[in-house]
Amino acid sequence: MAGFQYLAVAVFLFLVSGFWELQIRSPEIYNERAERNRIKALPIVAPRGRILDRDGRVIVDNHSSWKLLLSRENLKEEHLHEIAEGLNLDYDDLARKVARYRKRPKYEPIIIKESLTPADLAFIDSHRDPDTFPEMELIQSQSRMYPENGLLAHMIGYTGEISESELDNPDYAKYNQGQIIGKTGIEKEYNDTLMGVDGERQSIVDYLGREREMLGIKEAKPGRNLQLTIDLDLQVVAELALGDKRGAVVALDPNTGEVLAMASRPSFDPNKFAVRIKSADWKELTSDPGNPLLNRPIQAQFAPGSTFKPLVAMAGLETSSVDENTTFHCGGGAEFYGHYHGCWGTHGAVSLHRGLAQSCDVYFYNVGNKTGIDQIAFYAHQAGLGEKTGIDLPNEASGTVPSPEWKLRTQRQKWYAGETISVSIGQGALTVTPLQLARAIGGLALGGVWQKPHILLTDTGKAKPKEWSLNPDNVKKVVYGMYGVVNEGGTGGRARLQNIDVCGKTGSAQIASEAYEKLHKDVKDNAWFVAFAPCYKPEIVISVLWENSGLHGQFAAPIARDVMKSYFDKKIRQQEAEKLRQSPANVLASALTPLAVGNPAKGRSAP
Amino acid sequence: MFERGNLKDFDWAMLLVILLICVIGVVQIFSATHETVLWQGSWWKQVVYIIAGLVLMFVVTHMDYHALMQRVYPMYIASVVLLFVVLVIGKRAFGSTRWIVLPAGVHLQVSEFAKIAVVLLVARFLSEIRTEILETRDLLKLAGMVLVPMALIAKEPDLGTALTYLPILGIGIFLAGMHWKYWVTIALVALVVVPIGFSHLEPYQKGRIVTFLDPERDPRGDGYQLIQSKIAVGAGGTWGKGVTKGTQTQLRFLPVPHTDFIFSAFAEEHGFIGVMFVLVLYFVLLMQVVQDAQTSPDRAGMYICMGVGALLLFHILVNVGMVVGRMPVTGIPLPLMSYGGSSIWSTFLMLGLVNSVRVRRFVN
Repeated sequence: MAGFQYLAVAVFLFLVSGFWELQIRSPEIYNERAERNRIKALPIVAPRGRILDRDGRVIVDNHSSWKLLLSRENLKEEHLHEIAEGLNLDYDDLARKVARYRKRPKYEPIIIKESLTPADLAFIDSHRDPDTFPEMELIQSQSRMYPENGLLAHMIGYTGEISESELDNPDYAKYNQGQIIGKTGIEKEYNDTLMGVDGERQSIVDYLGREREMLGIKEAKPGRNLQLTIDLDLQVVAELALGDKRGAVVALDPNTGEVLAMASRPSFDPNKFAVRIKSADWKELTSDPGNPLLNRPIQAQFAPGSTFKPLVAMAGLETSSVDENTTFHCGGGAEFYGHYHGCWGTHGAVSLHRGLAQSCDVYFYNVGNKTGIDQIAFYAHQAGLGEKTGIDLPNEASGTVPSPEWKLRTQRQKWYAGETISVSIGQGALTVTPLQLARAIGGLALGGVWQKPHILLTDTGKAKPKEWSLNPDNVKKVVYGMYGVVNEGGTGGRARLQNIDVCGKTGSAQIASEAYEKLHKDVKDNAWFVAFAPCYKPEIVISVLWENSGLHGQFAAPIARDVMKSYFDKKIRQQEAEKLRQSPANVLASALTPLAVGNPAKGRSAP
Repeated sequence: MFERGNLKDFDWAMLLVILLICVIGVVQIFSATHETVLWQGSWWKQVVYIIAGLVLMFVVTHMDYHALMQRVYPMYIASVVLLFVVLVIGKRAFGSTRWIVLPAGVHLQVSEFAKIAVVLLVARFLSEIRTEILETRDLLKLAGMVLVPMALIAKEPDLGTALTYLPILGIGIFLAGMHWKYWVTIALVALVVVPIGFSHLEPYQKGRIVTFLDPERDPRGDGYQLIQSKIAVGAGGTWGKGVTKGTQTQLRFLPVPHTDFIFSAFAEEHGFIGVMFVLVLYFVLLMQVVQDAQTSPDRAGMYICMGVGALLLFHILVNVGMVVGRMPVTGIPLPLMSYGGSSIWSTFLMLGLVNSVRVRRFVN
């Protein structure tokens, strides 16, 4: 019996030590877990800011929708089959997703479907009770609504749930699992402005997750709206003018750097990303040879061809290598350093004005040869080529301005004089983006002020432009040559507008050697066109790239014309409306309408 | 049958301890159920069970345990038959068949009452043996008699309650004395039987044992109860959260906080201090029972007291051990505290037996 007493003492000590360990040594751990059991925080998603055009018209809006979470604390994996079936989800996708979350803390839920349909909601409603699928939780959310037909898709980009790899990136440390963030374009660049701060609803819940008491609510702070420099009218025209061509259009105000339109085709539907892109859609986008995800205005880098000639002319004049009367003979081609370089026509005696208007290659071979590669590269750099413009969009390409120094640095090779001849007509290793080209020509037309392109309206006037003061006489001569391109039977006649002087330059650039192009029928020349108007004090500069068209640059000119025409038409309309508002006759007319009798001041604003 | 003992010799100190534990239990049942729909009136029913249990205890105290032992074989056979009946027509709940439903809606858990017959049976059988140590024949006979009801209960399936029969047998054999060879044999047999037995368990039973070893393995499934119980206990800290203030209990993260996990709920609301107080009460109760065994007028009385003592100790070890996560979830109640008539009555009946021995210690 004494043995039994010892046994009893041992049993009680064993039990007491158990309580000691839980209640005295580490009560905090268990207290915290008890708190986590009972206090649940439901996120209140902050609506993302809207994106507006320069006139305040809505480009991107939100619409509210429901999304479905799986609470992993209640998750039974054997339910996944039925849940996937009920919601039309792919079971394997879902199972893989659940498996990916396995390492994360249990209280983090998994978003499995967004933008639920009424059928989904009905399924969830009838299966959410504790006995069937208690892991299903509904949350109201906001989804992005992007323009249709891929309008502005590249510039605006799209949003998506933060990915695993982004979560591991220190730049994304401020975001949490499951948050929706901008993935590309403006959505990414201005994510912090657009995103707002999520709120939270804290409540005490019982073991079934039913709310017993609300502890507090932190309202969501909505994201701020973004007003862009884009003019939707011009943008639509640009996109329509491009149509199914592969290429890009950039329209800038050279005086401010404001991007008025920026189109890239082929495009994609960002609404497919707004929820979660299906793998089939993603495959289709990434395997398309037209590369619809490429944002061509800032990412396509090609030889500018003859559109580079105004810069070569400028360099020649500024360095006094040539003057406006220097004449060269074009007999359909010329030999330099042992190689024959052809011209696209036979122009006879050519000086600056006709050289530009007719885009005579032989003339520019000579100008380039006399000016020298270092000077050409210097002026190209001044015009902002060979470096990023610094536009507020992610992943801009910088293009290339070749020079002996550049070749030695990147290829450890000597520069050949023949290369200068190629660069003189915008070929060789020279590449630019459509945005760079528009900016370079626009700044040249302004006499040497290259504004930084931007798409946020409030950024206008904030950045200092690049400046290199050009001789006004020389500027006039080059501009006059570009006037000839459009208005004097030059290569860009198709860009002509009534009542507005348009200056421009065509370009058709080889993207591979002639031999290669002959072998590969699908590799063809790019057509370029760059223009500004009015020629004196330009308000708009446009570059057009029609990729792989196999056509001369003159066929890209109508696209630029359409955009410019809509710009000036709109401007005239606005001026007329303004005039009407200010004319005394109008004031009288509105004073006479019955509505405005008691309040003439109000009547003034009625058109 | 009513050979008089002296009621003055009734263990009034023990009664005080019993009542204290019962009252604490009732308060805890109230705290754990006052907000529920289903169990709201439980504390009041428990009071009624306790009062009835007290009456039963006094009645049994009055009876001479010798007279009861005279009738132990009919009692034993009746118990076994009833356990059969349970298996055939019993009421199923929570996946096993443990109850006989009497008219008036009373649910009787026969396995709780069959214990008493087994305690008396072991006491009579061993007290009639005159050899120094147990002989093989007697050992097998005794073990067989205990194993029959055990097997029936395990078949319900209610492994936890079935196991509570082992300490009755164990303490009896221990006190009767057994050759060391047998202890070795039993150990060897256990080594073989336990793994085989494990493979024959119900899946939920296996799960309980496996997750007891590693509860975080399946925190929403088999490990849930153990984890939630540990959280409740730990969250109680030194002083506890106060009556009706324990969140694990009140929001029912803790399963069955008024029956099997009542001590967990108590630990959450009263902390380490409260736990120590109640454990001391149980210890005092046990020591009283042992003392009554020591002062017993004969071997039969000693066997009865020690059988009851071993049974109580086993219940406390398994139930409270489960609450702190040191024992698997078995679903056996904590005597005198857990809600339920069968458990309360069988405990009071057994304590009545102990007192029946006590009040007759000066007879002869």
